[in-house]
Amino acid sequence: MTSMPGSGLARGLAITLRTMTRRSHTRQYPEVKPDLPPRSRGVIALFEENCTVCMLCARECPDWCIYIDSHKETIQVAGAARPRQRNVLDRFAIDFALCMYCGICIEVCPFDALFWSPEFEYSEYDISELTHEMDRLREWMWTVPPPPAYDPAGETPKEVAAAQAVEVAAQAADAADAADAAEDADTAEDAQ
Amino acid sequence: MPAWIEVALRVLAVLVAFLTLPLLVGQMEHKAMAHMQSRLGPMYAGGFHGWAQLVADGVKFVQKEDVTPAAADRAVFKLAPAVGLLPYLLVLVAIPIGPHGLVAQPFDIGLFFALAIVGLGVIGMLMAAWASANKYSLLGGLRGAAQLLGYELPFVLAGASVAMAAGTLSLSGIVEAWRPWWLLWQAPAMVVFFVAGLAEIRRPPFDMPTAESELVFGYLTEYTGLRFALFLLAEYAGIIVVSALTTVLFLGGWKGPFFDDQLGWLWTLLKVFALSFVVIWVRATYPRLREDQLQRLAWLVLVPITLGQLVLTGVVRVAIA
Repeated sequence: MTSMPGSGLARGLAITLRTMTRRSHTRQYPEVKPDLPPRSRGVIALFEENCTVCMLCARECPDWCIYIDSHKETIQVAGAARPRQRNVLDRFAIDFALCMYCGICIEVCPFDALFWSPEFEYSEYDISELTHEMDRLREWMWTVPPPPAYDPAGETPKEVAAAQAVEVAAQAADAADAADAAEDADTAEDAQ
Repeated sequence: MPAWIEVALRVLAVLVAFLTLPLLVGQMEHKAMAHMQSRLGPMYAGGFHGWAQLVADGVKFVQKEDVTPAAADRAVFKLAPAVGLLPYLLVLVAIPIGPHGLVAQPFDIGLFFALAIVGLGVIGMLMAAWASANKYSLLGGLRGAAQLLGYELPFVLAGASVAMAAGTLSLSGIVEAWRPWWLLWQAPAMVVFFVAGLAEIRRPPFDMPTAESELVFGYLTEYTGLRFALFLLAEYAGIIVVSALTTVLFLGGWKGPFFDDQLGWLWTLLKVFALSFVVIWVRATYPRLREDQLQRLAWLVLVPITLGQLVLTGVVRVAIA
């Protein structure tokens, strides 16, 4: 198809004019907060009450950016033969200048004391001020969203899959028992 | 009213128009081009959708250091922005915005005056280019000069076509002689005049003299602060001048749908701003031409079209007479 000379120029003008009549894509960030995707990795929050000072997070951290101090306390429990010992957290700090946001600490925490928070506005004027202490990390806990709803297109959760597997196995066993019983009855009849 | 007061008032009016209209066009460029690129453009200065952005820019430019390069020809370097700006101010004097002599200074040879003065802008550019003692500036200036040489011819010939049709060189006379069907009759000349005008004021897509990807910023490379702002003002004033000339010559100036006598100035301004929008629209749409494509367009497309238009104008004119 031969097009009229200049039709390309006209098409270009039409595109810019059409774009002008549509809404622009600019996000006005400081005035309007961005819509973050679910499970955004903004900052690591500490649920202090759950921490048992097991040190797994600090040991697994590839950057060694987690600092933990603690001491042991002895608790006398009435009626118990011996006094109990308990770890008390003195300091929990994460140096976000070193952190690479891999999330391994959150993965390894056996007591669900560490969480991803979508909060991201914690820049500082000095790199040394990026080491945030326990109180700040605990405050970020309030910004942690509830776990996202189950995605219907996702694969079945492990627990459900395991439960279903047990159920299927049980049904299969029942069916096999029934078949065995029927066969036994058949052979008995044949024998008679 | 004594004559000198009237002269002072007219000069003042032109000066005010010269200082405000380019700002309006500049703001329109900021916003319209931003939305054409799916952006918002300035949003902070002045509070409401960045209406004071250009005022803020002006304040910033005034505060900046006025650097003159050590190797520069100081006197010429400092004079160049004024020389680049003045022609556009002078052209505004001759442009009628309404009937009954609503023009700063009516000239019998207004068209001749306007076309001659607009061409002078290149002197300021060449002065800036040569005096900067910078190879990019010089290349930009020479490109600008070559561009002006190429585009002055179709520019003037297109203007001549209207002058032939109207039988006068007076800009007011041309508007009075103008009839709506001239839109069709003079259409090729109008397109050529507008395109050549864009090239004349070095607007994209004809901005090779300042091509920032090749020549840093062409003849503006060494300029800072207020002198740079003056060159920018000259660019926006150039948009106003080219739009106003096209309005007066080809779109019937103050002639509108109704109340030409009372609202003539409004129709003129509306047409000028509509054409300024087209200038911005074209800038946001097309990439810069290559230097050889620029000359090819001028000599192989625009000049033949205007020559054909001149023949057509002459034939129709004789047929009517």
